[in-house]
Amino acid sequence: MLIGKPSDIPSSEITSQDQYDRYMNRRRFLRGAASSVVTAAAAAVGAERLAEIVSPGTGVRAATSLQTVKSPLSTTGEQLTSLQDLTHYNNFYEFGVDKDQPAQNAGALPTRPWTVRIEGKVKTPKTFDIDALLKLRPLEDRVYRHRCVEAWGMVIPWVGYSLSEFINQCDPLPSAKYVQFLSYYNSKIEKWASGTTINWPYSEGLRMDEAMNPLTLLTFGLYGQVLPNQNGAPVRLVVPWKYGFKSAKSIVAVRFVDKMPPTTWNEQNSQEYGFYSNVNPNVDHPRWSQKSERRIGQPFYAQRHTTLMFNGYGNQVASLYNGMDLRKYY
Amino acid sequence: MNRKTQISLKILVWLACLLPLGQLIWRAVTNTLGADPTATITFATGLAALRLLTISLAVTPVRRLSPRLNWLIRFRRLLGLFAFFYASLHLLTYVALYAGFDINTMAADVAKRRYITVGLAAWLLLLPLAATSTNWAIRKLGGKRWNRLHKLVYLAAVCGVVHYWWQVKTGVLAPLGITLVLAVLLLARPVQSWMQGRKARAVTA
Repeated sequence: MLIGKPSDIPSSEITSQDQYDRYMNRRRFLRGAASSVVTAAAAAVGAERLAEIVSPGTGVRAATSLQTVKSPLSTTGEQLTSLQDLTHYNNFYEFGVDKDQPAQNAGALPTRPWTVRIEGKVKTPKTFDIDALLKLRPLEDRVYRHRCVEAWGMVIPWVGYSLSEFINQCDPLPSAKYVQFLSYYNSKIEKWASGTTINWPYSEGLRMDEAMNPLTLLTFGLYGQVLPNQNGAPVRLVVPWKYGFKSAKSIVAVRFVDKMPPTTWNEQNSQEYGFYSNVNPNVDHPRWSQKSERRIGQPFYAQRHTTLMFNGYGNQVASLYNGMDLRKYY
Repeated sequence: MNRKTQISLKILVWLACLLPLGQLIWRAVTNTLGADPTATITFATGLAALRLLTISLAVTPVRRLSPRLNWLIRFRRLLGLFAFFYASLHLLTYVALYAGFDINTMAADVAKRRYITVGLAAWLLLLPLAATSTNWAIRKLGGKRWNRLHKLVYLAAVCGVVHYWWQVKTGVLAPLGITLVLAVLLLARPVQSWMQGRKARAVTA
């Protein structure tokens, strides 16, 4: 696939100016606030408490902007969901089941130091440090539609590079047919997780060819800045043609396996959440239709949008499922 | 209770019952219905209906604790009708914002989706109760028959809670609180009757 060379077009140009201004202002504000807090309070409070002030529970870190390049795989012609909605309407059950809870609670997630273990069917198991992962490939701005299985959708300017670039560094063995992704789990930090009957840690998986598809994004940021904790910091998966829950957050382990791995929502209710979970308007969720979706951030009378097959990414991914009955393999 | 207190209490209860609607209107006007306004409206109206129905079901067991609480009965109809009002708004939200007034979509949903089926059942069960809530209807039906008809409220409340459970994801325990409260209120009735019966027997013995 094409990797754009570092370009002089900043990510601000792919976001709407209004959005960009808003988050730049926020960054300036947070930086200012952080520096005054540092000088005034450093002596009075411990380092731990200080970190909490600088990176408050709202989770939007005093943002580090990321150097990004353009990508030909970016979706065009869609109105972006606002940074506010992207960061305050989240499903991240480890930090609470309500949509606004991750924004309040995910500040507790310790995103540094952070390592990702590579294990299973690989030549040699190894561990990547998050900062090494960030430098592995040029980070691309990629706008993708995001479709939740709950029948709502967003349009998100992610930052990352194709997962395939990373997998190539992992040296998987030919016997690796699937990839499993495990999310961070610590019951002391993610105490909200016990409000569900889910078997933690969160686990997701892809078939090897799905994982190698250039659209599958190893993601480190959004809106040109480091991922806010509630969006799955410091590194997550984004698989834009599948329902959102397939895109595991806060990944700590990537495991190459020969059999279809167990995945969290499939374990919870296999009738409702299949392993594939490709966005498909023709296959209803048992409890609701998937024909249309509610676009987040739009007024209630204008929220309904038609859902597209493979979330509109059929050209790139339909061939992965040639000859498969997508009603059976939902 | 004197008339003045009663009137002020009634006004207070009215205001409290209108609060969820007032909040929604305020949030719609100030554009603060959140990221998913459709879901916000749906959830708020559904929860208000279920809560008010539960509160209305608390009136009888609480009254039975002491004769001095008898005046609570004056508020039961008001609470029940407001529960029906919110249930109707909730239904309307579905009809307009989910089904887009499309009859085929609605028919398919009712047939295929059990949480919608049971939710509609709850509303249909409340409908005759709301319709017979006037003094005239009570006189016309006669107290006994009216009472028997209005026992449907228990079934409606159970359907409402089941509707809530079937609509959340497996493993999400959000409906647990209201389920427990409702269970206590429904169990309180036979338990109180049994205790009163024992007291009566003790007196006659």
